[in-house]
Amino acid sequence: MIDIKMEIQKDRRAFIKNVLSGTIAGSLLMVIPAGAALDERLPEQIPGMRGDDSTFTEKKFAFVVDVTACIGCGSCCVADKNEYNVPDGNYRTWVERYIIDDHDEVFVDSPNGGLDGYTKPRTDIPYPVRDTFFVPKLCNMCEKPSCVQVCPVGATYRTEDGFILIDKNRCVGCGYCIQACPYSVRFLNPVSRTAEKCTWCYHRVREGLLPACVNVCPVHARKFGDLNDKKSEVYKILREPHVISVLKPSMGNRPALHYLGLRREVV
Amino acid sequence: MSVAAHGGAAAAAANYIFPNDLHVHWSLMIVLYPYITGLVAGAFIVSSLYHVFHIKALKPVARFSLLFALAFLICATWPLLNHLGRPERALSMMLTPNPTSAMAGFGYIYSAYFIVLLLEIIFIFRPTVVALRQKATGFMKTVYGILAIGSDNVSAKSLKLDHKIISFLAAIGIPMACLLHGYVGFIFGGIKANPLWATPLMPLIFLLSACVSGIAGIIVTYILLMKISGKEIDVDCVQTLIKFLWGFFILDFVFEMLELFSHFYMANHHWHTLETLYSGPLYNTFWVFQIGIFSVIPFFLLMLMSLIRFKDSLLLFFAPIVSIMILVQVLLMRWNVVVGGQLMSKSERGATTFHPMWLEKEGILPAIIIMIAPVVILWIIGKILPFWMDDEGVEAA
Repeated sequence: MIDIKMEIQKDRRAFIKNVLSGTIAGSLLMVIPAGAALDERLPEQIPGMRGDDSTFTEKKFAFVVDVTACIGCGSCCVADKNEYNVPDGNYRTWVERYIIDDHDEVFVDSPNGGLDGYTKPRTDIPYPVRDTFFVPKLCNMCEKPSCVQVCPVGATYRTEDGFILIDKNRCVGCGYCIQACPYSVRFLNPVSRTAEKCTWCYHRVREGLLPACVNVCPVHARKFGDLNDKKSEVYKILREPHVISVLKPSMGNRPALHYLGLRREVV
Repeated sequence: MSVAAHGGAAAAAANYIFPNDLHVHWSLMIVLYPYITGLVAGAFIVSSLYHVFHIKALKPVARFSLLFALAFLICATWPLLNHLGRPERALSMMLTPNPTSAMAGFGYIYSAYFIVLLLEIIFIFRPTVVALRQKATGFMKTVYGILAIGSDNVSAKSLKLDHKIISFLAAIGIPMACLLHGYVGFIFGGIKANPLWATPLMPLIFLLSACVSGIAGIIVTYILLMKISGKEIDVDCVQTLIKFLWGFFILDFVFEMLELFSHFYMANHHWHTLETLYSGPLYNTFWVFQIGIFSVIPFFLLMLMSLIRFKDSLLLFFAPIVSIMILVQVLLMRWNVVVGGQLMSKSERGATTFHPMWLEKEGILPAIIIMIAPVVILWIIGKILPFWMDDEGVEAA
C-alpha cells in the first residue's frame, strides 16, 4: 500500500499535466472540424486499412487458429451466423470436438457445427479420456484454390491480397466448387441457389475491422493479420519456432489458414 | 497397438462427417448426364464402325445408330439444366468461360459434336430426303426441304461428293465422340479432393463404358423395333454387334477392376477411405449388383455368344437380355462413381447416406421423364427419317 501511495505521489505532477493537456486537446478537437475526430466508425483493428482505396491492398493476409486455446464456446459460430444470416444446416465456419481415449481411439463430433457450444460431455466414450481439444474450421483461402480452378464461369475468384470470394450474381449453382474443395467449407445456399462460403469477412477487413469470429473469440484462439506487417501477431507467430501446420498439406493447395498446435488426428 | 496402426479402425469407429458433407449435391441428374452422353458416344462408334472401318455386317444399324445418337444428344443437357441452381445463367459457361475449369469445355465440345452429328445425318440422308420430298405435301414438304439443305441434286457426281463429306465427318466424329466422353470422365477424374474420382483412368473407364452402353443400346432397340414392326432381324448384324460388345466390355471391365486393384495394392491413405466405402454403403450396389450380377454374368454370356455359334433363335433370345444387363451395369457404374464418391465425407472419418425421392426436383420421376424423352424424340425422328432404308437401294434410285 505504501509503495502504491508513493507511486501516486511521484506521478501526481505528470498526471495533472496529462489531464490538462488532454482536456485542452479534446476541446480543440471539438472546435476544429477535423474528419478523423468525427469518424463515427469503430476503432481501426487492422493498421493501415483505412484510407487504402486501391482495388487490392498490398497486404498478405493470414489466419491463425490456436488449437491449444479454443474452448469450444461456439461464439465464433454464432457471430458468423449473425453476420451472414447463414441458413440452418449450412456452415461457413464450425468447431469440431476431438476426444482421444486411452486406447487411442479418436472420437470427433460437431453437433450443429458447434453453434450451441459444447456444454455437455460425451457419454459414449468406452475408455478413460486421454486428451480432448477443439478445432475451429473455416475457409483455408488457398494460394492454389481448387474451387477457383474448377468454377466454369469464373464466379469464384482470388483477389491479389489473398481472399477467395464468390460473385453470387455470376454463380450458376453447378456445385463443382463444392466437389473440388478438399476442406468442405462450401455449400449451396438454398435461398440464392448459389455457392457460399467463409470470406474471412472481406467487407469488415476492407473497413479495417477484424473478421467477426476473430472479434468475438473470448480466448483469442482466432487471429488474423497481415504477414507483410512485421508487427502483426500472425507474422510473429508464423516466424517464431511454433508448431504450425495447415490442413491436408498433401493436397498442394497451400492454405493461408494456419493452425497453431495442430494434432495429427485432425483432418 | 500403435497409434498409427490404429488410425484406420479408429477413424471408422468415429464416423464423423463434415457438417457441409451431409447433403449429396450431385444426385440422379448427374448420374444420368454421363449415362446419356455415353449412349450417344457408343451409338456413334457403332455407326463409324460401318462408315469408317467398313464393318459391312453393321450396315442395317449404321443409319439408325446415328439417329439414336441424335435423340439422346438432344436430351444430354436436360439433366444438367435441371440440376443447376441458376439454369438461366447456363450460357455464361460458353460466353464467359473460365479456361481452367474442366466443366467450362462442355458447351463447346457438346455444340461441336452436335454440329458434326447433325451434318453427318443430313448428308447421309440427303438422297432419301430428296426422294421423300417429291412425295410429301404441305408441312412435311417444308421439313424435307430444310433437311435437303436446298439441294435436290442426286446425280452420281453429287453423291460422290456427299460420300467424301460423310467419310470425313464420320472420321472426325470418332475422336470427337471419344473426346466428348473421355472429357466427361475427366470432370470427375480431375477432382483431387475425392479419392474415388481422382484417377487418370477415369476418362478411359468412362469412354469404354460409353462404347459398351451405346452398342448394348443399339442391340436392344434394333431387336425391339424389328420385333414390333414384324421385320426380319439381320442375325449376322446382331452377332457382330455382340462380338464388339464383348470386346469393348473386356476392356471396360478389366480397367474398372485394375483401377480398384491398384488402389488396393498401393494401399495409401486414400484406400482406407475407399475400403470403408466399398465394404459399407457401396457393398450392394457395387459388389453385388455392378460386379457380381451385371458384370460377371454378361461377361461369360458374351464370351459364350462370341465363341460358340448359337442357334439364331437362341442368339436373338440372349442378345437383348445380355444387352439390357450391360445397360444396367453402366447405369450402376455411373451411380457408384457419382453418388458413391460423394458419400465419403472429406473428413475421411465417415460416410453420409443418400436415398433419392420420387417427386423432388432432381428425383426419380424427373429422371424417368428425362430417360423417356430421347425415346419419344427418336420416335418423332422416325416419322421424318426412315431408320432402316437400304443405302444402296436409295442411291440406285
